[in-house]
Amino acid sequence: MSTTTMPNNQAPSVASGVSSLAPDLRWADVAQAPDPDRSAALVAALRAALPAHCVLAGVEQTRPYECDGLSAFRQLPVAVCLPENEQQVQQALRICREHDVPVVARGSGTSLSGGAMPHASGVVLSLARLNRILSVDPLARTARVQPGVRNLAISEAAAPHGLYYAPDPSSQIACSIGGNIAENSGGVHCLKYGLTVHNVLRVRGLTIDGEIIELGSAALDVPGLDLLALSIGSEGMLMVVTEALVKLVPKPQLARVVMASFDDVAKAGDAVAAIIGAGIIPAGLEMMDRKASAAVEPFVKAGYDLSAEAILLAESDGSPEEVEEEIERMMTVLRDAGATALVVSRSEAERLRFWSGRKNAFPAAGRISPDYYCMDGTIPRKNLGRMLVAISEMEQTYQLRCMNVFHAGDGNLHPLILFDANQPGEWERADRFGADILELCVELGGTVTGEHGVGIEKINSMCVQFSPAEREAFFALKRAFDPPGLLNPGKGIPTLARCAEYGKMHVHGGRVAFPDIERF
Amino acid sequence: MTTQVPADSALMALRDCVRAAQADRTRLRLHGGNTKSFYGEPATGEPLDLRSIAGIVDYEPTELVVTVRCGTPLAELEQVLAARQQYLAFEPPHFGAGATVGGMVAAGLSGPRRATAGAVRDFMLGAVLMNASGELLHFGGQVMKNVAGYDVSRLLAGSMGILGPIVQVSLKVLPVPAAEATVCLSIGLREALSQMNRWGAQPLPLSGTSWAGGELMVRLSGAGAAVDAAVARLAADHGTRLIDPMAARAHWSGLREQTDAFFDDPLPLWRLSVPSGAPIFELPGRQLVEWGGALRWFKSDADAAFVRQAAATVGGTATRFRAAEAASGVFPALPAPILELHRRIKKEFDPRGLFNPGRLVAGL
Repeated sequence: MSTTTMPNNQAPSVASGVSSLAPDLRWADVAQAPDPDRSAALVAALRAALPAHCVLAGVEQTRPYECDGLSAFRQLPVAVCLPENEQQVQQALRICREHDVPVVARGSGTSLSGGAMPHASGVVLSLARLNRILSVDPLARTARVQPGVRNLAISEAAAPHGLYYAPDPSSQIACSIGGNIAENSGGVHCLKYGLTVHNVLRVRGLTIDGEIIELGSAALDVPGLDLLALSIGSEGMLMVVTEALVKLVPKPQLARVVMASFDDVAKAGDAVAAIIGAGIIPAGLEMMDRKASAAVEPFVKAGYDLSAEAILLAESDGSPEEVEEEIERMMTVLRDAGATALVVSRSEAERLRFWSGRKNAFPAAGRISPDYYCMDGTIPRKNLGRMLVAISEMEQTYQLRCMNVFHAGDGNLHPLILFDANQPGEWERADRFGADILELCVELGGTVTGEHGVGIEKINSMCVQFSPAEREAFFALKRAFDPPGLLNPGKGIPTLARCAEYGKMHVHGGRVAFPDIERF
Repeated sequence: MTTQVPADSALMALRDCVRAAQADRTRLRLHGGNTKSFYGEPATGEPLDLRSIAGIVDYEPTELVVTVRCGTPLAELEQVLAARQQYLAFEPPHFGAGATVGGMVAAGLSGPRRATAGAVRDFMLGAVLMNASGELLHFGGQVMKNVAGYDVSRLLAGSMGILGPIVQVSLKVLPVPAAEATVCLSIGLREALSQMNRWGAQPLPLSGTSWAGGELMVRLSGAGAAVDAAVARLAADHGTRLIDPMAARAHWSGLREQTDAFFDDPLPLWRLSVPSGAPIFELPGRQLVEWGGALRWFKSDADAAFVRQAAATVGGTATRFRAAEAASGVFPALPAPILELHRRIKKEFDPRGLFNPGRLVAGL
């Protein structure tokens, strides 16, 4: 797994540190203790319907599924189902429906928002065994895949045809296409090549009633409402995907990256705007602040300029003529924007080395800090400077360090808040630090999540971003697809009651009134 | 989150209309410039003109986002973008002088660049919808990446207004390509289909393809060097001829706006949206192919069931896009479970069935 929120989450001390937390407001909906008789009946029904090795129950067997990449949130389910075909998925859903228990679909478990965290009285439906690439059609430029197929495996299968699957989240070596669909995953190339929603043509899946539905098609559009767009990014709350038809695109002949140093973060931000303003859409446009480059450089030896306040990586891809022209133009813009140093990759190995630091920012955070908490807000790029100043102030307020990596091209921030879960109160401070960043994202005209999803993590922050009428519209869609509300309940969209409770507790600036009173 | 919509008089008037309609169960036919009123299932209800809700709310070229109200003329928006060398990359058809941004989104139609650049829905970043209670709901925002809540903004593209008035949208815009060229090749349809699909798998800067009457046209857009190299390569490998830029512009505009001579015919116009590699359809009448083979237009008086069956056989759908007289049965029937989802969504968003009843799906 290339992305984990807390790289040492296997250490028992971290787990105990987390479990000693005061009951979390976000948790109540998914942590209701199950009725033992009902749970036993559920497990018996699942075992009767599915092969023995496809049903896991009991603490020992279900422990590996208690959390996803956001390990601060853990919960054991009643059972884990690992169906091997669509029919078994259908049976598992039918049983959950009959027993009226929640179902949490899970891919590779790399979610950073707790989207795949289990429900205490429910079932985790792992799609990991539906991991076959069913076909690759080089002429139509599509691949038909099962949900458990890893993102990178699609590109590997398409490579002999000179094609690849464009969205490339940092976790692409591990994350599944089903999970990408649930989260509408992005990556470092999505300004030019789009998100999951732009690269999936059709999904096939099951409703909670076990009905098979197909949204979208191998054609470019279908009549009726665009339910395909609605299903992508729906965090497993509308349907369970059993198959997807994804778009493949021709692999660019060449890619080169410019690495630019800036002595001021705001100047780097302006340089990003200047590149876009010059009519260039780079294949990738990423920024790291000094704390981030200092953390990764000893680790990956990418050759970063450690005296720079910010480093920009701007990539160009296409035909050799195109790349040469675009690199030339970007260099001019970056120079005019005040870059203190410019280096262009001269080989594929060097290009990958320049990127390696950016791609390894999360593990690097894990090297310099016992734990880190990755945020995912998006803001209009023009507000970057303001955001970074505010984050520095928050570092003082919460007495925690924060390093910043940033999908600069599309305004998606990944501040990494460094903390030590073994120190009493640090996780709580990190959590509030994060909530403050997200609230500021909304205030600056952005959103609480650009690509990691709401899950359980940002459920309270959703109260800040959406009005009651807007949240009701989300619930309306949820009811249309899932009338009994059994698909991943308690995630994604906060109820009116939850927001009311959060509103009462939440005081601007992240401080909770009367912190010594128990809350849940 | 988008910039909050200020409650100006036009919006207040719309809210009052919607609330009055809600109270006395009046059905409303939402419209802008009526340039696409020919499209879709027949409209019913009291006309409600949304053109007074107009204006560009926010446009910052370096953010690649424009926020605009529904009644804004599409031509005005395009002019403002062009002044900053930007454009709507999905090339939405106007189909007349009065086309509005709201109509463009509600109809969800895209032009020749669709196969490579994407459709209207792909450029939707945010939307403000008025619900049946007259409340304004903001979805998505003004940023490129946003996964907070379900993607209602994209759901509204092509919704034909059945979920309510789309009062404001935020759209991703792109820089106008630095260079553009169109080349032509005289070949038969079978060969053209195979060629378009093969080119699609190669790193060529394709931005449009069309075939009609034995002429395959290929548009290339991008950096000057890339376009020059592609033109040279296609000429060397396939003997393509470069088209005069004025004539090329006229050609693509004729397809986008359906002013091309192909469309000038009283027979019904069928739109077949199919997998790009689908074989040639043996349908009576003339045909024009776009989108690398994924869009097949027919001027044909063939039986509707026959046309729909032909498209369905290859996993596509057929829409009776234009006909001399408006009649129901424009879109093919939705599969039962999909229809049921439409029913439930419509009932949740518009329980009294006020907005554009029957315009997208009969009875909804």
